[in-house]
Amino acid sequence: MTAALSTQSLVILAVLTPFVGALLIPLFHRSPNLRETVTLVTAGTLCLVTFSLVGPVLDGARPELQILRIVPGLDLAFKVEPLGMLFALVAASLWVVNSVYSIGYMRANDEPRQTTFYVCFAIALGSTIGIAFAGNLFTLFLFYEALTLSTYPLVTHKRNAEAVRAGRIYLLLLLGTSLLLLLPAMIATWAIAGTLDFTPGGILAGKAGAPVIAVLLALYVFGIGKAAVMPLHFWLPAAMVAPTPVSALLHAVAVVKAGVFTVVKVAVFVFGVDNLASLGQSAWLTAVAATTVIVASIVALRQDNLKRRLAYSTISQLSYVVLGVAILAPISLTGAAMHIAAHAFSKITLFFAAGSIYTGAHLTEVSQLDGIGRRMPWTMAAFTIGALGMIGIPPTAGFLGKWFILTGAMQTANWLAVSVIVASTLLNAGYFLPIVFRAFFREPPGDGHGTKSGEAPWPMVLALTTTAAGSMLMFFLPGIPYALATLMMGR
Amino acid sequence: MNAVWPHLPILQVVIPLFGAVLAGFLRRPGPAFAVALVVSWLMPLIAGAMLWQALATGPISYHIGSWPPPWGIEYRVDVLGGFVLVLVSTVGAVIMPFARRSVAFEVEEAQQPWFYCMYLLCLTGLLGIVATGDAFNAFVFLEVSSLSTYVLVALGRDRRALLAAFQYLIMGTIGATFYIIGVGLLYLLTGTLNMVDMAARLGPEWAGHSRAIVAALAFITVGVSLKLALFPLHAWLPNAYAYAPSWVTAFLAATATKVAIYVLVRFFFSIFGIAIDFRDLPVAEIILALSVAAMFVASLIAVFQTDLKRMLAYSSVAQIGYITLGIGLANQAGLTGGLVHVVNHALMKAALFLAVGAIFFRVRSVQLSDLAGIGRKMPITMTAFTIACLGLVGTPGTSGFISKWYLATGAFDKGWWLLVFLIVGSSLIALVYVGRVLEVVWLREPSAALENASDPPLSMLLPLVVLAAATVYFGFETQWTAGIAGTAAKDLIGGLR
Repeated sequence: MTAALSTQSLVILAVLTPFVGALLIPLFHRSPNLRETVTLVTAGTLCLVTFSLVGPVLDGARPELQILRIVPGLDLAFKVEPLGMLFALVAASLWVVNSVYSIGYMRANDEPRQTTFYVCFAIALGSTIGIAFAGNLFTLFLFYEALTLSTYPLVTHKRNAEAVRAGRIYLLLLLGTSLLLLLPAMIATWAIAGTLDFTPGGILAGKAGAPVIAVLLALYVFGIGKAAVMPLHFWLPAAMVAPTPVSALLHAVAVVKAGVFTVVKVAVFVFGVDNLASLGQSAWLTAVAATTVIVASIVALRQDNLKRRLAYSTISQLSYVVLGVAILAPISLTGAAMHIAAHAFSKITLFFAAGSIYTGAHLTEVSQLDGIGRRMPWTMAAFTIGALGMIGIPPTAGFLGKWFILTGAMQTANWLAVSVIVASTLLNAGYFLPIVFRAFFREPPGDGHGTKSGEAPWPMVLALTTTAAGSMLMFFLPGIPYALATLMMGR
Repeated sequence: MNAVWPHLPILQVVIPLFGAVLAGFLRRPGPAFAVALVVSWLMPLIAGAMLWQALATGPISYHIGSWPPPWGIEYRVDVLGGFVLVLVSTVGAVIMPFARRSVAFEVEEAQQPWFYCMYLLCLTGLLGIVATGDAFNAFVFLEVSSLSTYVLVALGRDRRALLAAFQYLIMGTIGATFYIIGVGLLYLLTGTLNMVDMAARLGPEWAGHSRAIVAALAFITVGVSLKLALFPLHAWLPNAYAYAPSWVTAFLAATATKVAIYVLVRFFFSIFGIAIDFRDLPVAEIILALSVAAMFVASLIAVFQTDLKRMLAYSSVAQIGYITLGIGLANQAGLTGGLVHVVNHALMKAALFLAVGAIFFRVRSVQLSDLAGIGRKMPITMTAFTIACLGLVGTPGTSGFISKWYLATGAFDKGWWLLVFLIVGSSLIALVYVGRVLEVVWLREPSAALENASDPPLSMLLPLVVLAAATVYFGFETQWTAGIAGTAAKDLIGGLR
């Protein structure tokens, strides 16, 4: 009993910690060092709290708690299950690293309005944890919208015309899809199933016929705009105007992963995988995800701006997760969950590297990167590891997720999915390896930038080497993520 | 206390009436304001006591001069009535402290006592309409509130306020005339003006829709729709809201249209709904069509406004569309959604118009082009404004979401998928007009004209913050809003044929 109580209070603590941090940060507006200490302490606390939940969850505990009933059907409730645990773990641990990186980046680039930046960041992380631990669709929806709203000031941080325009696209697309498609889907789910609680096996199982399920699935997949399934992906490249730490943690990890996490969650706990499989309503989803994977990769090939190339790569990689769901084999869902974690570590490394290049050498375009590896060896080594993770080559964790999804596709004889995974691997190599080649094997241009002193500030280098090491570590010791990913199906 | 308790319904109306006379006689702004403040703070206590009584023991019936109904005038407060009384009086009480500085700034000193006098008369009328159970008495109060409103609008500094007040007067008088013609027809049919008695006498034997009943229904619906600014009878509203003194706009937006909605609900559900079967008449269809048109057309017009007050006025027309949509749905979830939006919209629109009043107090302009970067100069005001804006869009965690949830569930219960999408779709347009303002307010650099702008004094700031907080609070705790609205809706629908 006491154990159950303490895990419940840990859940509350995890959700509240970032919000408390967000309240404290403005108090230290005038002394940046103290303010950053608050951010680091908050992130550290959150990380410790989430890690202390892992043990109980692996032992089979599913801490649940209901905060309040707003109206019948709308409960504010939390329930920690393995998939949410994994997502929270990734977000919380990367927040610590990202905070270190942020401090280096924001100071080195002399960015304005840093207090607002850290406050919004903390709120965004709190919303992410809320999404991860949500016990029902409404709670998830509440934090999902809070995440959109709290990241809007971060996207428009620069406040120039481009940032304002990007902010418009960001808000209209994310709030628009969720209000226009996700909310009706939720209302319909409530009307049909009579509950919005996440339940293993799905709350819609056996409650609705194939046509209704097909319509609802479409509403959910496209309504979850954060998953960036084409053609609703425009917000992600637009969001790249944000400072790089935002792109790194929020638009490579928290926000986009919140999207695909929600897709997996809805598939498993609202529809039920067996239910979807028996109704045979996932062929179109495979096609949509496959198209997104391939088209986004092709677009990425043609981007010269490094952050935009990374953004399109993210769009493509996110749809691996959707593909893992569409295949509807248990092992491919495990792969999808693994990929959420693996891609997070690799992609944040790549963004860290991009930010490091911007801070250290003031370069933003791929074509400017000739010989940069000699000047910034740590950054580019980490970048290479991140790139390997994107392609899915051992010894990076990116290999594992892809392997499981591929296995699932083969088991279900889904040859479209198999060929897409193979083709996209080649495309990934096609747009990442040339960067690595340029950085290490081309001569630096003679305009002098190659001769300036080397790396970005040490907190940034520390952060990006940590995440690069993390993505390799996850390959060799996949214990916790793998265990959580396999436990997620409720078996 | 025991001596006062049975007389609450009449006290609710008489206290502000005498307050108005007193404020008029005092002739000085300070004392007149004090009277208005004391009366405004007393009203929610009376209204709350009556709502509590109505919830506990059923409708309160009060016989004026002890003449039994239907001969004497009956005051009748049921759950719906108590709900609206509490809303109107609470809004008045919360925003009253804001009035002192704002009115002193916007209205000439000699006219300020009259301002408070007219406000108290308007409050008398609004509370009277809801408290009375007599159709003609309701007309009298309707005129009391309308006439005082015309004066309040005309007190605006801008000369165009006179034209706006005149426009409102013409439209309002047409509305009142239509209403009284409808009541006259009902009186001819039944020989009574007491609403309960009227409903009983109309009874099932009138089910064959005599033309007189349909005509009365049509006259009353159009007349009241003018007062509540149902699209396309809203033409008076944007000008009246834009040119009235800031505080008046906040008060009217939160109360006047809401009381008119009460009258419509009362006649639809407690009188006509009992007499005739609405399903045989296209009433619901017409209301629904106009509501959807309001939600889209008025929202789209709001997108193109450059004057903040006018934009919010068009937004009001759109939001009233949500309320009438709930009335048109006429099922449990839908009507609950409409009624709960009466409260939710009142609170957030009052917050928004107070914020606009605070901006005017500091900047002397509410043109969007003059407000670039004002968020950094008036952070508390604009944060409250932003929260209320999120309520308008209906983001979860605000009271606007609760309204939308009920309305959409109501539409879904009827199997009207398309309507569900229309409800959520119109909130996207709200996002556009709200986003436009927030972008200017927060993301632009402050102009030189805003050099000295800062948050207003506490007496103005506090009401604003309270209302914005209420928008969030009622997004989570809905026992007092959706809970009571649900009870009222159940009573109303239970009475229908």
